[in-house]
Amino acid sequence: MRRSRRVLACTLLLSAAIASAQTRPQGKSPDLDRLMSALAQRPHGHVTFLERKYLAILDRPVESSGELLYDAPDRLEKRTLKPKPESLVLQGGVVRAQRGRHTYTLDLQRYPQVVPFIESIRATLAGDEAALERVFKVRFEGSFDHWKLLLVPLDPKLAAKVREIHIQGEASAIHSVEIQEADGDRSVMTIGADVGR
Amino acid sequence: MSRAGLPAMIVWVGLLGLACIVVVRAHYTADLSAFLPRAPTATQRLLVEQLREGVASRLILIGIEGGDAAARARASLELGRRLRADGQFVSVQNGEPVGLEQDRALLFKHRYLLSEAVTPEHFSVAGLHEALQSSLDALASPAGMLLKSLLPEDPTGEMLQIIDQLGNEQQPPMVDGAWSSRDGKRALLVAQTRAAGSDTDGQERAVKTIRAQFQAAAPAANAAGSSSSTHLLLEMSGPGVFSVEARGTIKHEVMRLSILSTVLIMLLLLQIYRSFAALVLGFIPVASGALAGIAAVALGFGLVHGITLGFGVTLIGESIDYSIYLFIQARQPAGSDWKRMLWPTIRLGMLTSVVGFASLLPSAFPGLAQLGLFSISGLVAAALVTRFVLPNLIPAGFDIRDTARIGVGFAALLRRVRMPRALLIIVPVLAGIVLYTHRASLWNRELSALSPVSQADQQLDARLRADVGAPDPRYLIVVSGADQEAVLQAAEKVGQRLDPLVASGILTGYESPARYLPSAALQRARQASLPDPAQLRERLQAALSGLPIRLERLEPFLHDVEAARHQPLLRRADLEGTSLATGVDALLLRDGSRWSALLPLRVPASFAMAASPVHSAVSEAAPGEAVVLDVKAQADQLYSTYLSEVLKLSLAGFVGIIALLLIVLRSPMRVLRVVAPLVLAVLSVAAILVLLGRELTILHVIGMLLIVAVGSNYALFFDRRANDRHAGEVPLTLASLVIANCATVVGFGVLAFSVVPVLSALGSTVAPGALLALVFSALLAGDLPAPDRAAA
Repeated sequence: MRRSRRVLACTLLLSAAIASAQTRPQGKSPDLDRLMSALAQRPHGHVTFLERKYLAILDRPVESSGELLYDAPDRLEKRTLKPKPESLVLQGGVVRAQRGRHTYTLDLQRYPQVVPFIESIRATLAGDEAALERVFKVRFEGSFDHWKLLLVPLDPKLAAKVREIHIQGEASAIHSVEIQEADGDRSVMTIGADVGR
Repeated sequence: MSRAGLPAMIVWVGLLGLACIVVVRAHYTADLSAFLPRAPTATQRLLVEQLREGVASRLILIGIEGGDAAARARASLELGRRLRADGQFVSVQNGEPVGLEQDRALLFKHRYLLSEAVTPEHFSVAGLHEALQSSLDALASPAGMLLKSLLPEDPTGEMLQIIDQLGNEQQPPMVDGAWSSRDGKRALLVAQTRAAGSDTDGQERAVKTIRAQFQAAAPAANAAGSSSSTHLLLEMSGPGVFSVEARGTIKHEVMRLSILSTVLIMLLLLQIYRSFAALVLGFIPVASGALAGIAAVALGFGLVHGITLGFGVTLIGESIDYSIYLFIQARQPAGSDWKRMLWPTIRLGMLTSVVGFASLLPSAFPGLAQLGLFSISGLVAAALVTRFVLPNLIPAGFDIRDTARIGVGFAALLRRVRMPRALLIIVPVLAGIVLYTHRASLWNRELSALSPVSQADQQLDARLRADVGAPDPRYLIVVSGADQEAVLQAAEKVGQRLDPLVASGILTGYESPARYLPSAALQRARQASLPDPAQLRERLQAALSGLPIRLERLEPFLHDVEAARHQPLLRRADLEGTSLATGVDALLLRDGSRWSALLPLRVPASFAMAASPVHSAVSEAAPGEAVVLDVKAQADQLYSTYLSEVLKLSLAGFVGIIALLLIVLRSPMRVLRVVAPLVLAVLSVAAILVLLGRELTILHVIGMLLIVAVGSNYALFFDRRANDRHAGEVPLTLASLVIANCATVVGFGVLAFSVVPVLSALGSTVAPGALLALVFSALLAGDLPAPDRAAA
């Protein structure tokens, strides 16, 4: 009995070691570094987006679309045009949302549950690998020309809300961001063409 | 000491002891309420109440500067935690979500009673469909992930509606978890004290607590950060802080100035008397007068205002005169007859002053009435002590230097400048021209002219206020009624009229207690708009057609609506422990059996109240129950009213003085000769002040009254001299007048350099005025006997 338990432990350890041996070279792949530095070199971005949310309480996904504007290193604006105009500006750790006549201010420090939703996109756009790794366990898949980032929150409290975030792209262009929540709900944001400045 | 003087001495010592006890036990205050009316109209009472007790008067704005942003935020959070643990503060806000959970729970539980969207139409099939659609849109928005958990219980979005209703306050930005100024240079906190703004002692305790807790919180905040090298600094502002500082300044100034003028007058008198005993004796009437004045005010009003105390300084310059007249003129050969020869003149001079100051007693300004009572009791006490106590204290062999030389010198000077009296007509003419050409800017009609708050402190206050985004408390709608329900209903009616003005941008927004606590009638109407369970289920089913939500998911909503239909109405007591209670208490006031609701307006920069449709909106909504109040204009108008009141009272006092002189002197010509120099002095001083660019305030008027009070002594002595050839030695009379005048000019001249506007106004009026009163009295006195003959 005791012997078999030790075997089990050894197997677990071994498999963990193998797993980490598999992920580590990938995580530190030259392609990730190349991707990050390519992203870091873009001072601005202005693209369209289409977002679908798949919620358990709803029979169909809800859809919204608009534009994303980015200025390095920490200003991100999500300008929703449909179904209702709404703007969301992240700057210096504070989110300012404008709906109709009302403005709401959200301090990320006060609402840590919002951090993964925002920091995943901002840090990726900024090519800020260090910032990504502060919040997530980062896994890189594919190559620079056709890549996928898998982000898992490090903080167990955040992980209880957000299971995983998948970001896909080609070279320095991001194509989609998919956020899978722990309760099974998910949202998929497809990023369209560069609108240009 | 003569036996005859013994009763007087016993009475004096006894009264002095009593006065000391009263003075020590008295309460002292320094807020602006000295200049607020005693018997106001209902609106004024509300205004005064707001300035003295209102929530605005209890706010202390706190800024933390220095260090780096993280250290400031840490200090703010630590200070906030410490102050919240202290019982002196109702609330301390710095951006921390304190009590947010209680607020949220209360709002959610009563959402169908509080939401302005709840109407019968809102719960029709079409209304439900629209509300559901808009909730789905909200789910699609970036805020969707925060809102989705609300959907099963609140698919019509009442919670968001309530947050929109309440949450249109601009809040300062957050840096490192605490409020920060927009330029990011300081952390901000807003503390609301339990003590009223007019409770200067309570405010002082609160200010001290904040300082001490900051001292304790700052080092920890500094140590936690490694990079910050500069120290954190605390700044505070607010009505309470101002009155604490003003009281401190006035205390300090009164101390400093009374010591300074006492020392100067002592040096002057020592130089003249060459007798230490005379010096000490001379101050006995002064001290007795000041004690009697403060004691009388404390007994008469129950509360002594700081400026009354400041006035005590001025009394030194005037009451020292009495002992000067006694010592110098009693020295002449007929000295034993001082009581018969000189006392009547001093007594008449004193009575003249008393009549002048008595005119202030009926003032509706408590501050002015206090000044009047203080002066009357102080002067009477000083004169009586000089007459009945001082002679008993003079030791045998008491003597002072012969001062006749001073009188001789002055007489020579007067002879040299002697001119036809008619030439003096040029003085009122010139003064009249100056005053007439400046008539538009003659008077300062703003209450703030009397404010003891320094320019720098006012700027700090404006900066912190702008940083915090505190609403300008200038415009208010006041709704009054017999009970809470009535004023809440009226406030709701007014609110309905204001909403379109907000929508069209005429107003930026407004607050109303009915937002936190709707009237029972409105709550009942909202309950009545909720359909019964069967009906709601049926309508919801129809409303959901075409929408991606199934009815089963909304069972919690059906349950909550049914509960809301029977839930007890929200009352003030239910708000206890939430920030909504603070909101209601600030805006819903009770004064005896009268209730008032305040609706502060937020206005754009270009707002002009006079031409605004707010007036018509208010008068249509609640005729006779609601008024629009421009707090600053009201306060200034109030002050303006008092300015003209003081002018009228002073004129009445002047008429009283003339009547008194007519009765005593029994000759219109003599009265004219006594009054003319005083009028000339007052006119000249007013013209000089105006030429120097000063705008005249109430305190200048009081100063002019003092010129008349002091100057009447000089004029009366010259009058007596002219009418009674045997009244005493001319040089000694002149000497005593010159010396008394010097003492007065020194006493008030020192005040002119005070940083407290009220005191400097007094000083800069009385010092030159007293000098001019003596000069004009002498010039108008007519023929003085040749001094070489009179100087024995």
